[in-house]
Amino acid sequence: MIEYDPVLYSRILTGLTLGYHVIFATIGVGIPLLIALAEWIGIKKNDEHYRLLARRWARGFVITVAIGVVTGTAIGLQLSLLWPNFMQVAGHAISLPMFMEVFAFFFEAIFLGIYLYTWDRFKNKMHHFLLLIPVVIGASASGFFITTVNAFMNSPTGFEIQNGVITNINPIAAMFNPATPTKVAHVLSSAYLTSAFVLAAIAAYALLRGKNHVYHKKALHLTMTVAAVFAVATALIGDLSGKYLAEYQPEKLAAAEWHFETSTEAPLVLGGVLDEDQNIKYALEIPYALSILAHGSPTAEVIGLEEFNQDELPPLIVHYFFDAMVGIGIFLAFVSIAYVVIKRMRKWNEHNRLLLWAILLGGPLSVIAIEMGWFFAEIGRQPWILVGYMTTAEGATTSAHVDLMLYLFILLYLILTVSCITVLRMMFKSNPVERELKNRGIE
Amino acid sequence: MDYELIGITVLWTFLYGYLIVASIDFGAGFFSYFSSVTGREHIVNKVINRYLSPVWEVTNVFLVFFFIGIVGFFPSTAYYYGTALLIPGSIAIILLAIRGSYYAFHHYGEKGSKFYQFLYGATGLLIPASLSVVLTISEGGFIVVESDHVYLDYATLFSSFYSWTVVILAIVSVLYISACFLTFYAYKARDMDAFKVLRGYALFWSFPTIMASILVFFSLNEHNPTHFENMVDLAWMFSLSFLFFLGAVYYIWKEKNLGLSFIFVMLQFATAFYGYGASHLPYLLYPHLTIYDGFTNEAMAIALIIAFIAGLFLLIPSLYLLMRLFLFDNKYVQGKK
Ligand code: HDD
Ligand code: HEM
Ligand code: HEM
Repeated sequence: MIEYDPVLYSRILTGLTLGYHVIFATIGVGIPLLIALAEWIGIKKNDEHYRLLARRWARGFVITVAIGVVTGTAIGLQLSLLWPNFMQVAGHAISLPMFMEVFAFFFEAIFLGIYLYTWDRFKNKMHHFLLLIPVVIGASASGFFITTVNAFMNSPTGFEIQNGVITNINPIAAMFNPATPTKVAHVLSSAYLTSAFVLAAIAAYALLRGKNHVYHKKALHLTMTVAAVFAVATALIGDLSGKYLAEYQPEKLAAAEWHFETSTEAPLVLGGVLDEDQNIKYALEIPYALSILAHGSPTAEVIGLEEFNQDELPPLIVHYFFDAMVGIGIFLAFVSIAYVVIKRMRKWNEHNRLLLWAILLGGPLSVIAIEMGWFFAEIGRQPWILVGYMTTAEGATTSAHVDLMLYLFILLYLILTVSCITVLRMMFKSNPVERELKNRGIE
Repeated sequence: MDYELIGITVLWTFLYGYLIVASIDFGAGFFSYFSSVTGREHIVNKVINRYLSPVWEVTNVFLVFFFIGIVGFFPSTAYYYGTALLIPGSIAIILLAIRGSYYAFHHYGEKGSKFYQFLYGATGLLIPASLSVVLTISEGGFIVVESDHVYLDYATLFSSFYSWTVVILAIVSVLYISACFLTFYAYKARDMDAFKVLRGYALFWSFPTIMASILVFFSLNEHNPTHFENMVDLAWMFSLSFLFFLGAVYYIWKEKNLGLSFIFVMLQFATAFYGYGASHLPYLLYPHLTIYDGFTNEAMAIALIIAFIAGLFLLIPSLYLLMRLFLFDNKYVQGKK
């Protein structure tokens, strides 16, 4: 038996809850945008297929929102339960965006409730569509606010510490810290990308199973177009995130790239393993690429791990997380752009099986990219909970029984996952598209 | 008013909001299950579902608002309560999680799972019981603070007469508030069968509610005499509360003015809740933490208050729209939309 350590268990439990929440949070941010697009196109083109798309997406969305809400409530309380010392400091400096996030939820929750129950209540269909705008804004705003909190943990600003007491607090400066622009932009754009891919995967699955209805093709067209836009945006902003890291958290970038010695013309390392003497083996090196990622120039100097205090380095495993995220990002961009190009070329068939399979794969892969990105960002921040001010161990609770709570929550998330999948499957199986199209008199 | 008081008033108001909307929701879950066990499901469930479906998510936000807000205004609460409440807090999270998700599964997924309904009904009573523990603890005597170590003394908590009276009060109030609201709602919906059943529930739970309140009042005297004396100083608020109670029950008994009767119920709890809160001040955690030494800095306080006011401008019109569409739209309530 390992000795009981509340810090370790708190970290695992936090990572578990956030890693679980973020799946539902990410699609919670992105799917309202896609529902809105579908409904809007449906109204503009007077195409009932798109409106049905919006309707069916919204129906499934409620189930995932429910889990997003309950796991979000869990993490909101857990932050105080597991990190009381950290929250005491954070409360002083960064509680403003957290507080505003709750308003954003409130706003979203109210309009989502109204939206779901007013499908056929207005004469003018546009009115119903308008109810969705606050949902889209609320969802993205909550993503924005909470991400500024995480940005603050990475580059704390807007306060001073004098004799162990926090003073001179500026809540706005804390919220708009140097990490905020790239972090927020990357999180939001990857959320739209992931949501588009998850929905596209469902359409691709239907087509692969031989359901050739134009409804699925329209769904695929809409989601893949959105995905192509945000795949490019995510990669571009990801590049800017790299430049942010090079300037403010060079140790995180160096750890991600196994870049031990400061050098110019630094190569990007893909994959590989480390031997005992920290030599990189079996890796693919792209010359100059790290210098470009960090500073936008092939000859720029990139700081290596050697320059840092050796017990303040993040674990080197983050290298794999980073590679996985970037690799998946490239794959998603490639697939979605390929779809858009092939669709343009009248002679080619955008519904060939290979492409459909790639899209289907893209759904789960995009979710994995989200996880990998967060694990890279969070574990890469270690040993700090507030970079430069408080270590993770200092922020943690001293309570007994965190381990027991960990097991309880593992059980809870298992049960939620199984129920969520069962409910969603039953919901769409018992009411297939073809039947709903008929029942609604669309065809 | 100083910032500390504004802060705690804002938070207390949200907690009051949660008390009302969540009680309606928790109690409804219980009644819905109870009536299906006793074979009266078809009578009352329509009313319950019609009201609950569009608003369940909003209820949860009231609670989130409170616990995020309190860390913002009073960061030291995170330290004391956060450390001490790991286990009860986690249990409450799990109950809330089960309840929220199974509500959605039951209503939006495939209809009619008895098991989901049972989970939904049972958690409706366990959650208020577990949340009420926080108020009990704030009275002092249960959290032990030793130099840099904070923990909860479970043995004292579970053997305390006071803490059990609070749990009982929490449960019966939930049933009472909920039944009164649903009586009003059923009446509005012109669903007379449901109305009869629900009115019976409301009258049934009114007496235990008032008995439990009195019991809590006197057991507090044993547990925390200082607080009890402060409450006696505010006796007019509690007397007012009792009058509102009589008014509410009277109208339900007479089957008239049911809207007013529910307003009386809200006032009954408002006067008691604010009276309790005001007499608890200045302590957030007796005797370790007051609103003055646990308060955030001034810059953050101002920022939070501005954000709060700006937020209200957004929320009040939206809540009004929600209520107009689902609560005060007779056609919707009567099931014609
Ligand atoms: C679909 C998801 C997805 C995809 C395809 C990408 N990312 Fe990403 N990335 C995220 C999802 C994500 C994320 C989950 O949103 C993270 C975690 C924390 C954060 O701020 O965003 C993230 C973090 C993150 C960070 C760390 C930021 C920090 O710690 O402050 C960097 C440097 C990059 N990304 C760079 C990239 C690059 C160069 C990509 C090239 C394609 C890329 N990401 C694709
Ligand atoms: C939602 C996506 C997120 C995921 C998947 C995620 C994942 C993780 C993981 C894996 C850890 C453990 C790291 C370790 O101990 O090695 C962690 C720690 C933590 N995260 Fe995040 N995180 C996310 C977002 C956030 C946000 C937005 C905040 C800010 C409110 C936050 C606050 C924390 C805190 C307080 C810790 C504990 C301290 C630490 O270990 O550094 N996280 N998270
Ligand atoms: C970047 C990571 C995160 C994103 C994008 C995100 C986004 C979301 C979304 C979209 C929801 C569903 C809200 C709804 O539909 O009503 C949600 C729920 C919630 N999240 Fe997160 N979240 C993240 C991380 C966190 C963290 C770190 C916390 C803790 C402070 C948190 C607290 C909450 C709470 C309390 C809820 C429930 C709100 C309610 O009751 O309506 N989230 N989150």
